[in-house]
Amino acid sequence: MRFFTLLTTLLFALPLAAKEEVVLGLSQNEVSITTNFDGSEILIFGAVKREDAIPDGPPLEVIVTVSGPSTPILVRRKEKRFGIWVNIDSVEVDRAPSFYAVTTSAPLGDVLSNVEDQRNQITIPQAIRSVGAPHNIANAASFTDALIRIRLKSDLYQLNEGDVTIEEQTLFRTSVALPSALTEGGYLTRIFLTRGGKVVADYETIIDVRKVGMERWLFTLSRENAFLYGLMSLAIAIAAGWGASAIFSLLRR
Amino acid sequence: MQVYLPIAEVSVNAFLLLGLGGIVGILSGMFGVGGGFLMTPLLFFIGIPPAVAVATEANQIVASSFSGVLAHFKRKTVDLKMGTVLLIGGLVGAAFGVMVFNYLKSQGQVDLLVKLCYVVFLGVIGALMFVESLNAIRKTKKGKPPARKKHNWIHGLPFKMRFRVSGLYISVIPPLIVGVLVGVLAAIMGVGGGFIMVPAMIYLLGMPTKVVVGTSLFQIIFVTAFTTMLHATTNFTVDIVLAVLLLVGGVIGAQIGARIGVLMKAEQLRILLAIMVLVVCGKLALELLLQPAELYSLGAASGH
Repeated sequence: MRFFTLLTTLLFALPLAAKEEVVLGLSQNEVSITTNFDGSEILIFGAVKREDAIPDGPPLEVIVTVSGPSTPILVRRKEKRFGIWVNIDSVEVDRAPSFYAVTTSAPLGDVLSNVEDQRNQITIPQAIRSVGAPHNIANAASFTDALIRIRLKSDLYQLNEGDVTIEEQTLFRTSVALPSALTEGGYLTRIFLTRGGKVVADYETIIDVRKVGMERWLFTLSRENAFLYGLMSLAIAIAAGWGASAIFSLLRR
Repeated sequence: MQVYLPIAEVSVNAFLLLGLGGIVGILSGMFGVGGGFLMTPLLFFIGIPPAVAVATEANQIVASSFSGVLAHFKRKTVDLKMGTVLLIGGLVGAAFGVMVFNYLKSQGQVDLLVKLCYVVFLGVIGALMFVESLNAIRKTKKGKPPARKKHNWIHGLPFKMRFRVSGLYISVIPPLIVGVLVGVLAAIMGVGGGFIMVPAMIYLLGMPTKVVVGTSLFQIIFVTAFTTMLHATTNFTVDIVLAVLLLVGGVIGAQIGARIGVLMKAEQLRILLAIMVLVVCGKLALELLLQPAELYSLGAASGH
């Protein structure tokens, strides 16, 4: 009996999984942070490649995630001490993406089952990894919740349900808005095709976000040549102070 | 027009920064203060990270004090000897201040410290100035000249030194201490410390008022330049783009402010400044006293 189940699973599941594939296009695979950078919108579009006819059963759904570079984050909580609000407890979240957007073609509960979410780490809470909060802190989960809440508020984390348009179960497109307060790095972009909550195909690519031109130069200089950068800041300040005084004393005459 | 600040990593409106620089510049020109104590909290309000605001403001003060001190050199109202003594104290204080700043940053308490410093100092200075200028207005109405004490305990201390420009023969200890205190404040609060230095020089050291502002500006240039270098090399928090936007507005505003200042009465100016200082202080105090809307805050982990 068990052998039979396994056999049928192999027979049906394998060809099904290989049947549909993602072919993807991006409006840009590079985002340049220039001096006048004010956020960016990336158009993500693609098609489902299949050899056979569209399978029966639950319709095709699409989930798109875009994830910024992950860093450890320290979440602090204020408490009232001596009449003023002071940071007291803190929990370190091991890895949290600096940006994370989930865009789906229908309400998330309809397109993705919990098991598949855990396996592929798709939703926002899954994208954050937090192990081992200090023992003296009772409600450690509230710190992770706060992290998500704060970043949702500033659009650094986004859940856009129903923003992927699908045509004829074959073509899909969506756009992801990157906010202006963006950090550098490779932004992992993943596409999942699901049917009845199960992931049937996925695809990964990287959008490169880089400071360019003057932004790049100043940032590198400030890290790698901090002393020179400091001297340059001072030189500009002195020049501006001298310049203003010189120009206005000329005007006075 | 939005400008992306490379170090602060936020995007802000360039005209807003130019305007802020200009307004604070006008005020600093009118009242003869550096304006750092107004600018740094304003930068917090528009969302610049506090560490970047403090470090960058130090850099901006270098520009405005340099512009100011040139005028004082022309009028020969800078006591270089006194300035040097204050400066030695100031550099020691600034180094200590940046150390305290970095320690508290690692403890997550730097915002609290900066805000507490602001509330305490702005509150005290604002209140003193308000009372003093009210009294001055009352006295000028009665027609009495203001009196000043000539001798106090300061003149009893050892290590005496002659300061010719100021016409003083006093111990070097009080100027050194004043210098250290202002240096610490400059590093922690991102201010030049003129609002502490000027009253201390007049009332504690007994320096003549005409050399006070020039001498204070002279030593502030070096202390804030030193602070800028320390923040730039240890914290990497000086944002040069932010500094340029602020100081362009600032130096122009300062020159306009100086014209307006001439047209107004000294006591009226001081009362206006006092009210402004108290408003900024009250706003910051409320933030500490009232329950914040968001109890949690995010910071970079030390990464061990």
